[in-house]
Amino acid sequence: MVRDLSTTLCGVELDNPIIPASGTFGFGAEMADVYDINILGSISFKGTTLDSRFGNPTPRIAECSAGMINSVGLQNPGIDAVINHELPELRKRFHKPIIANISGFSIDEYTECCRRIDSEKQVEIIEVNVSCPNVHNGGMAFGTSPESAAAVTAAVKAVTTKPVFIKLSPNVTDIVSIARACEDAGADGLTLINTMLGMRIDIARRRPVIANKMGGFSGRAIFPVAVRMVYQVANACKIPVIGCGGVATAEDAVEMMMAGASAVQVGAENLRNPFACKQIIENLPKVMERLGIERLRDIIGIVK
Amino acid sequence: MKHVVFEIVSNRALTDSVYEMVLAGDTSAITRPGQFVELSLEGLFLRRPISVCNYDEGKLTLIYKVVGKGTEQMAHLTQGTKIDALTGLGNGFNDETKCNAPLLVGGGVGVPPLYRLTRNLIAKGKQVTVVLGFNTAAEIFYREQFEALGAKVIVATADGSYGVKGFVTDAIKESGAKADYFYSCGPLPMLRALTTALDIDGEISLEERMGCGFGICMGCSIMTTAGAKRVCKEGPVFKKEEIVW
Repeated sequence: MVRDLSTTLCGVELDNPIIPASGTFGFGAEMADVYDINILGSISFKGTTLDSRFGNPTPRIAECSAGMINSVGLQNPGIDAVINHELPELRKRFHKPIIANISGFSIDEYTECCRRIDSEKQVEIIEVNVSCPNVHNGGMAFGTSPESAAAVTAAVKAVTTKPVFIKLSPNVTDIVSIARACEDAGADGLTLINTMLGMRIDIARRRPVIANKMGGFSGRAIFPVAVRMVYQVANACKIPVIGCGGVATAEDAVEMMMAGASAVQVGAENLRNPFACKQIIENLPKVMERLGIERLRDIIGIVK
Repeated sequence: MKHVVFEIVSNRALTDSVYEMVLAGDTSAITRPGQFVELSLEGLFLRRPISVCNYDEGKLTLIYKVVGKGTEQMAHLTQGTKIDALTGLGNGFNDETKCNAPLLVGGGVGVPPLYRLTRNLIAKGKQVTVVLGFNTAAEIFYREQFEALGAKVIVATADGSYGVKGFVTDAIKESGAKADYFYSCGPLPMLRALTTALDIDGEISLEERMGCGFGICMGCSIMTTAGAKRVCKEGPVFKKEEIVW
């Protein structure tokens, strides 16, 4: 039997639910040399800001048990360079819908980025990152209160016709209230979770491993937290959820969808296994067969 | 980049903390000296980047120093063990420059990538001088191997227990070696002192803590005179003038 892997995000049809998470796939060009990236459902490109950013000092990376901490700090060439250089390069290699991941340090910056990306045809979804733990005065600050998350959502919705997904932070006391605030402010969908704020100390040198001291913890270790939050939010909101956080296998993707995700992003696993997304997509039909799933979309939120 | 499962042919200690691991497997993705491989190790989330010391068809030599959990685990691996690796990573040394008398300067575990470079340069008929810097005589490795390639080898030890007493820069000055190009890999203070001391063009291999090792995570970015670059992708080898000290 042919297994149906397709899914839909706000009318955007995806051949399968697997999407490399922002920041773990660059702008796709490097990965196109590794395998045919057209097998992916979509790509969420590297978090982009209005102006180019070098990001944080190194070391930016720390190893953890079943995961890692990064403190890249939104290094990117800026929205205009992304539109003029990165997207044309990606278009040559990728013919599926693209998710534009946008970050900012003020509401004006978010809206200006979204306004500029709005005319890019292949960008079918805008993912607004209000959850970056690695920059001060912005990023996660917008995603840690319902009011500010709603303010960003409403402002962005006013300047684009594309579906807007708000990418939420797990570093909050009540993710449901923030998710609902985004939904009420007009968000078309939600992506969760971004990384968890973490820290490692080099006990021989008696100092933080990461130059910026703290960073975003990701990888397999955060998977149960992500499943829990996706479950809570999917049950509290009507808009679709993209599940993200610690996904490493086809079974993880199925679990995330059963929790309520309409699509699944794969993040840190790409860094240790460049073939992670490809292997998950290839394994999904086998896992579906074993579990008696004909159409993947039938299991979205099936666990109550 | 290529994904290859290697098999360990040998894994032996060269000094108290430095080991040489010879692997059998497909090396076709490695195109230049100075590139690196990334090894997947049991129980560790991120792969570990290790510079390539030497490569031939079906055979790869790595030299590594035990500095943490990853390299500690490597030191205990035995012959016949399979290792999952990504190979042919990074942009290595350019061995096709027009120089005639290159000077290769390695400090500590910065020495290994210079081995295959020396081999290539000698094969091209260059007069190669290799300067190896260590802290003390007990830490010296691969001196004979460099000599066997036909290079003029000068060793410096910080404590004077072997060769020239002092740093590689002292050894270069003392030897009066005439060079028209340099290649170097080693600790940052050494690279900086060397770049200041030499008024010839050259290439430097840098080290940085990496996330992916193949250019997608921006974990190892440095600011160069030509903008932000990734040590794992545009590097680890950079032209002298690109480095911002």
